[in-house]
Amino acid sequence: MVDRIKDYLSRFYIVFIFIFLYAPILVMIVLSFNASRSRVIWGGFTLDWYTQLFASNEVMEALTTTIILAVASATIATLIGTIGAIGINAMREKNYKLVLAFTNIPMLNADIVTGIALMLWFVRFMPLGFGSVLIAHITFNIPYVILSVMPKIRQMNLSVYEAARDLGANALYAFMKITLPQLMGGIMSGFFMAFTMSMDDFAITYFTKGAGVNTLSTMIYSQIRKGIKPEMYALSTLIFAFVFVILLLVNYVPKMKKRGGR
Amino acid sequence: MKKRIIAAVLAGCMCITLLYGCGNSKKADNGKDSLTLFNYGEYIDPDVLDQFTEETGIEIKYEEALTPEEMYTKYKSGAIKYDLMCTSDYMIQKLIDEGELQKIDINSMEYKDNIDQKYWKLSNDIDPGNQYSVPYFWGTVGILYNTKKVKEPIDSWEVLFNHEYSGEIIMQNSIRDLYMVALKYLGYSLNTEDEDELRAAQNLLLEQKADVQAYLVDEARDEVVAENAVMAVIYSGEAYLGEEYNEDLAYVIPKEGSNLWVDSWCVTKYCKNPENAETFLNFLCRDDIAQKNFDYIYYSTPNNAVIDSLPEEDKNNEALVPSEDATDNCEVSKKLPDDTTKLMNYLWKELKAE
Amino acid sequence: MENKRKLNKRTWFSMPYILWIIGFTVIPLLVIFQDAFVTPEGGFTAQNVLAIFEPVHLKSMLLSLEIALACTLICMLLAYPLVLALRRLKLGRQGFLLFVLILPMWMNFILRLLAWQMILSKNGILNMLLGFIGISPLPIANTWISILIGVVYDYLPFMILPIYNAIAEIDEDIIEAAKDLGAGGFTIFKKIILPLSVPGLLSGIVMVFVPSMTSFVVSDVLGGGKIQLIGNVIEQEFTKNVDWNLGSGLSVSLMIFVLISMAFTMKNDPEGKESAIW
Repeated sequence: MVDRIKDYLSRFYIVFIFIFLYAPILVMIVLSFNASRSRVIWGGFTLDWYTQLFASNEVMEALTTTIILAVASATIATLIGTIGAIGINAMREKNYKLVLAFTNIPMLNADIVTGIALMLWFVRFMPLGFGSVLIAHITFNIPYVILSVMPKIRQMNLSVYEAARDLGANALYAFMKITLPQLMGGIMSGFFMAFTMSMDDFAITYFTKGAGVNTLSTMIYSQIRKGIKPEMYALSTLIFAFVFVILLLVNYVPKMKKRGGR
Repeated sequence: MKKRIIAAVLAGCMCITLLYGCGNSKKADNGKDSLTLFNYGEYIDPDVLDQFTEETGIEIKYEEALTPEEMYTKYKSGAIKYDLMCTSDYMIQKLIDEGELQKIDINSMEYKDNIDQKYWKLSNDIDPGNQYSVPYFWGTVGILYNTKKVKEPIDSWEVLFNHEYSGEIIMQNSIRDLYMVALKYLGYSLNTEDEDELRAAQNLLLEQKADVQAYLVDEARDEVVAENAVMAVIYSGEAYLGEEYNEDLAYVIPKEGSNLWVDSWCVTKYCKNPENAETFLNFLCRDDIAQKNFDYIYYSTPNNAVIDSLPEEDKNNEALVPSEDATDNCEVSKKLPDDTTKLMNYLWKELKAE
Repeated sequence: MENKRKLNKRTWFSMPYILWIIGFTVIPLLVIFQDAFVTPEGGFTAQNVLAIFEPVHLKSMLLSLEIALACTLICMLLAYPLVLALRRLKLGRQGFLLFVLILPMWMNFILRLLAWQMILSKNGILNMLLGFIGISPLPIANTWISILIGVVYDYLPFMILPIYNAIAEIDEDIIEAAKDLGAGGFTIFKKIILPLSVPGLLSGIVMVFVPSMTSFVVSDVLGGGKIQLIGNVIEQEFTKNVDWNLGSGLSVSLMIFVLISMAFTMKNDPEGKESAIW
């Protein structure tokens, strides 16, 4: 009995937190169907913004840039971060701590300071463009990868790797077959974390981007004064729905197959 | 040894990424016939840019910012070599003084007479001799208020300071525009350099802070439209949009006077092809293009061709076409000396920290 | 001996990363330090860094500290029950629910903040809902409370994920054993779950406290410009007042402050081992 009450309380609490996290998303979804251009007036139901969204080259370009940027920066950051973490783990205690302290620096500064500092630094040796934003994103993504991968490395059982080497596996093969699978969880979460941070960033992108390069964030920012275009809410709704459906598929389809197989 | 090789390969990959990035941005930079523009957000009809490229073959690269200071920061860093910038009065004056702008051969512009003589004169205040800038849009700062929720029509800044509408007031969240209100109410110039006058304004604003619901720039309009607040100090262009959404709203330029602002295009010292830049400026003044931009932005335009074609009701709209009387006491914001700017910045922080 | 040499060779792996942080983290940091200690004319000055002690700045700094501490505490209080509830119901094993936690972050954060503003404003959605059930409207728009709601919303996932990670690793058998020995729910929490979740908690604290201390966008949008945090001051010095020296100086002192408070937190982490974020 007590257990059932506790179960109910647990469910209730989880739902509460999810309402808190999803309340603004719900508002955005509602706004995407609002016929009025002003976000504070309900002008009736419309799907116009969805059609206009696909007609707009600008928005589609910004979306493409955002996704390419997020995927590229997360991939490169994961690569450098994972390999870096393996190296750092092998360091002597003192160096280990020093490097990890520096790893946290990008998180210590306000975004805007990081952004302006990078801009001032880039100006000295390269023109701003897509490349400079990419470097900036990789820079602030790496710490998240390291923070995700490091604990897995510390938990890792080195002797299995050594055993494989002793039995004649070459280093690369042993790494791929033994080390990598053990780290996979951390690497994946690092990648997604990096991807998320890249999608979400505004200030650093704004100061390090070149003329004509636009991400969704910088595009939305420029619309603040005249009022956010409802197309933006429509786009967010679509992205949200898309990711959500994929998540559901990934989560439930394998289970259903298993059940069917039995 | 192997590991060292792997490390080297990885480092190489990084360098390739870097080079690829650089190469990419360079590719976009080399074209002779391209112009890099810097403008406020949503401050031009995107079709106008496409049409310009179609007609002249000159490619446009376009960048946006929200405030003049932000533009200045990005411009001054030299990160991007902008050819043309559209910014506001005092910032243009500052750029002229710092030698950042090129002279424009305005007399050779075919459509320069579309800009009414009145606005060339206005612009003369910040750009003596009209050598550096071409007016683009202009407007005033005033009070947008809900006529149903005030006892009598508003005509003075006084309503903001007499505690009658406590919690219902939205003030501007930018230094010059905020202090302008207090200075004008006290009967001073908004370009004052007098410390005592600024301190008097500060005391007024400090006393007022408890009555202020919020200091906003961009969202002020929405808050009044949604009736979260009764009145807001706001730019005329935004006020006009607000009136479209909620018909109970009205806009007034208080009788004590206000800020008359002009946003103008100018050519920076980095521009290597001034003829192209002038082609663009001339293009903006052309009847049909000015009309397009006006339809998109709906701010007060200095372009006669557009004003003439306005519907009758809009010609009498105080937010769109202010009467001569209303703008009588208005002033254009000028660049202030560094000391005054520093003092104002400090006062602002003091007010906000209170 | 053999093993040790292998380990040392492996440190070469960190080369690309170390080059990267030197190139794009350390040097830009030096740029800031240079700006912080230099006058516009080029001389040396400590004035910009010490400016943090001016009453105007100190006030904002303390307010930021209060909000960051409150935010961290609330996130902890919200995260623990959630993680325990997830564990109890055996949810989140496949990471699905955890993914759902991060998903809101894929929506643009300016849009999310504007949505919060609409929820919390005077005639907003929250007050409308409260009106339906007969509660008088809450005047929280444009106050520090709405800023607090905003930062908690923004950073809560960063607290939940590492704590979940740490607790998920606790062996069910240990808890069963404790139960068999007669330990109540609270004792189990105090004696087993809490101590074992410390590494996760520490990661969570860093990931929540640091960004909430330096944030400025949340207070800009939800504070109605009436509340000035240290992040806002720094942002203004850079983008509005164009005083990069003062902005850099204040950034440096903020950084020193955050580093000191982090060192203080990390002292409780004897192994120097943080838990995974996710």
